[in-house]
Amino acid sequence: MPDISLIVALALMVIKVFIVTTILFVLPLPLTYVERKVAGHIQVRLGPWRVGPHGLLQPFADMIKLILKEDIVPDKADKFLFKLAPLMAMLPAFVVYAAIPFGDKWTIPFIDREVTLYIADMNVGILYVLAISGLGIYGLIFGGWSSNSKYALIGGLRSSAQMISYEIAVSFSAIGVVLLSRSLSLLEIVKSQGGNLLHWNFFYLPVGPVWFAIFLIGSLAEINRVPFDLPEDEGTLGAGFHTEYSGMRFAFFMLAEYLALVTVSVMSVVLFFGGWNAPFNVPFVPPILWFLGKVILFIYFFMWVRFTLPRYRYDQLMTIGWKILIPVSLVNLIITGLMKI
Amino acid sequence: MEQIPFFIFAAIAVLSAIGVISVKNAVHGAFYLMITLLQVAAIFILLRSPFLAAVQVFIYVGAVMVLFLFAVMVLDIGKEELRETFNQQGVIAIPAVLVMLALIGYMIIGGKVLAPAGNLTDDVLIGNSTEVLGKELYTKYLFPFEVVSILLLIALVGAIVLVMKDRKR
Amino acid sequence: MPSALNALNLNFSTIWPEIILTAVAIIILVLDFFVKKENKSILGYLSVLGLLAVIPVAAMTVDPAPSFGGMVRADGFSAFFNVIFLISAVFTVLISMDYMEKMNIQRGEYYYLTLFATLGMMVMASANDFVNLYVGLETMAISFYVLVAIRVDNRKSVEGALKYFVLGALSSGILLYGIAFAYGFSGTTSLTGIASIGSRLSSQSPFLLLALALIIVGFGFKIAAFPFHSWSPDAYEGAPVPVAGFLSVGSKAAAFAVFVRVFVAAFPAFHGHWVDLLWILSAATMVYGSVVAISQKNIVRMLAYSSIAHAGVMLMGLLVYNDIGSAGILYYLLVYTFMNLGAFAVITMFIRKDGRGSDLSDYRGLAAARPLWAFFLALFLLSLAGIPPTGGFTAKFFILAAAINARYYWLAAIGVLSTVIALFFYAKVIFYMYMNERADAEDLPVMGATYSVVLILTAIGTVITGVYPAPFMDIALKVIKPFFM
Repeated sequence: MPDISLIVALALMVIKVFIVTTILFVLPLPLTYVERKVAGHIQVRLGPWRVGPHGLLQPFADMIKLILKEDIVPDKADKFLFKLAPLMAMLPAFVVYAAIPFGDKWTIPFIDREVTLYIADMNVGILYVLAISGLGIYGLIFGGWSSNSKYALIGGLRSSAQMISYEIAVSFSAIGVVLLSRSLSLLEIVKSQGGNLLHWNFFYLPVGPVWFAIFLIGSLAEINRVPFDLPEDEGTLGAGFHTEYSGMRFAFFMLAEYLALVTVSVMSVVLFFGGWNAPFNVPFVPPILWFLGKVILFIYFFMWVRFTLPRYRYDQLMTIGWKILIPVSLVNLIITGLMKI
Repeated sequence: MEQIPFFIFAAIAVLSAIGVISVKNAVHGAFYLMITLLQVAAIFILLRSPFLAAVQVFIYVGAVMVLFLFAVMVLDIGKEELRETFNQQGVIAIPAVLVMLALIGYMIIGGKVLAPAGNLTDDVLIGNSTEVLGKELYTKYLFPFEVVSILLLIALVGAIVLVMKDRKR
Repeated sequence: MPSALNALNLNFSTIWPEIILTAVAIIILVLDFFVKKENKSILGYLSVLGLLAVIPVAAMTVDPAPSFGGMVRADGFSAFFNVIFLISAVFTVLISMDYMEKMNIQRGEYYYLTLFATLGMMVMASANDFVNLYVGLETMAISFYVLVAIRVDNRKSVEGALKYFVLGALSSGILLYGIAFAYGFSGTTSLTGIASIGSRLSSQSPFLLLALALIIVGFGFKIAAFPFHSWSPDAYEGAPVPVAGFLSVGSKAAAFAVFVRVFVAAFPAFHGHWVDLLWILSAATMVYGSVVAISQKNIVRMLAYSSIAHAGVMLMGLLVYNDIGSAGILYYLLVYTFMNLGAFAVITMFIRKDGRGSDLSDYRGLAAARPLWAFFLALFLLSLAGIPPTGGFTAKFFILAAAINARYYWLAAIGVLSTVIALFFYAKVIFYMYMNERADAEDLPVMGATYSVVLILTAIGTVITGVYPAPFMDIALKVIKPFFM
């Protein structure tokens, strides 16, 4: 005879997963619009304008276009992996959110039931997020390889090399955060940053900002965003690893990429900027709004970076990863360790 | 109850391991190997060790396999099917392996395996397996732990020695 | 938790030799960046100094209480082996410096990888736990993989290294599988823990027998016993000659150290089971090594097969399972260090960059051109063959006597027979050197100072162990005694 509370807990879990997944699925729609608008304004033009007022319906037009487009599988492609690759890119982007804490606890009005604003509190949350988000790279590699096209192959190659080079630095910054917060659980990490602004890991001077810089640069490289978007370098590689993709499969890659952007923003907030904690005591603002506000700021920041910085050369990319980030993280690790004794 | 997921993971792991060695295309082999490693991570979770599971995914699936694929793609051994390089070794090898499997299986199923439980029981591990692991590593296993760091240094130096071209020439 | 920490016994005095050696190796690693390509021999001399400094420390580190949570047991046994490893490393580095210059492989990595390989062996010798044992074994093996392949532009070197690496990785896997079964059976990786559980059961456990068989395969690979030997001739031939010498002496000694420790300390209750397996292994290894060595044209390959045959003889000492037999192994390895590295020193000296000096026929008439070299080589080969009054004879004598004492008549007979067969190919080289005319009066290299040091020391070692074996055997007996209490 199964316990009734167990069933309720299970149902709650399913509902939470459903809500998070739905939001994530829809999220790229506004993001594409915002990105294009931001790009437009940075480059002193209007951005999307035609479809709907202020071009607001543009993402829907794009979506319909992508769904209706012919799904082309190249004749000489490795069919099995070619079809699987977009899914492999997309799936980890969703699964990551199982461990992300959006808030602590929240009491549902009227029925007075307390729910947690995270799907699972894993005691190795930070490792889980890094590990799972790292899996998305397989979509790029397999997609690039199976297309049987030289541009795609080189794109896949670059992304795997880039991934390996920067994974080390990102892991180091995760170790730094763990040292600062003394826990591997994301929930605990956020809680350890409670209080005011000065308790945030970012403001743990002097090492906090350095860890954040390492994390930021490394993550930008790992999710292949400008200025490290060499796997899809239009100038030399066509469209990079997804040159041969079209229609929905292409859309999956795009979806994965936008979700990765959101994930990095969320992780920056959780690891360095106090998660849902308010910077100072402000009454009547629910924590979730702080969380969302910070995430939105970060997303904007990444878009700003994208349309401001030029792309690095490949050797520069490798130099930054191996010769700057890793030594800096090692030194920083020693300093952090000494400060935390 | 808990054995059901174990058997599922184990079966997938073994099947994809067979896939690794039987497919002719190196990239497909890497794909199956990745699946095997993921199943092993799942089994680690069943063994109450989420830390090991995360590390398994992080290091093996996330880094080592990507390096594998990188090498495979650079060398371009995926395209041409690997040529058959066995000199009828299968005639001896396959029966030998089957006999070995039968033997081990017989022992595990029929033999009176008296495996005593270690000191890392459920209640020690639940919740803080990471802490237990860390403490063990830095106390009981301190010496091998330090030797391993030297081992990694050697591997690092060794890899560079083998691939670095002589600058003078 | 101070009491828990005390129970772990973090006694750093038990690992001083390892610590000093690591420090030396790391100093050399750093210095390598600052030393010019032409002067890499300086690093060699530094390594020798460092190794010499560790020898007395290693000899005096005797503290039989298990330390580091039962991982390390720095008893007399490990001290004895550590001295053997260090001596062989000293000889190896001494003969390497000229060789590296001659072959134009000016790499500082060579020296500290040799030191790290020695470190791995020392970790193995004092390991009281499978975890520690395996880590030491890999430290040694990975250093050797690189050392064998260090002539990266040489086909043979790469081929040998690849075979060694692939088979080595496979055997490591098999060893680990065995260890996993042993752990699954006993719930511990500690050798003493396994022994106590094994003695409590005493009845057959097929599980542990499986573990035992797999572990024998793993170790059998490292000592190059017969069915697991196939890597060794290729690896020896491809490796730089001093590395081949070090591989045949150091690596083998380390593998025998763990072999003895694991089988005598962890599986004594199963003696009746592993002894039959080792009987077959030992007999097959002796016969195979001796017979195949006859047809070899390359002197390094010949010595590789001879080294296989020697491993078979030493296995005999293990399976008689008493203190005399096991002490015989220790003594044998000491003698083998002197005679085998001596032989390799002569070959290293004689070999030329174009490969001349590696064929047996190159040794024709050497006695007329370079009588001293021929004398030394003949001495070492006679010792390897087991002719009195050299150490090779006494070493074989002790082990065969132990085997006959323990009523292994057939095995002893096979041992004697294989020694007689082996005499043939050792004598062939001596015959070439003394009975043939030298066809070409060519530019023979001169004997450098480092070679003379090595040759004189190894020759003295070979002869002294031959005419006055008692003190060495006494030490060996003393350090092995606690195992059979």
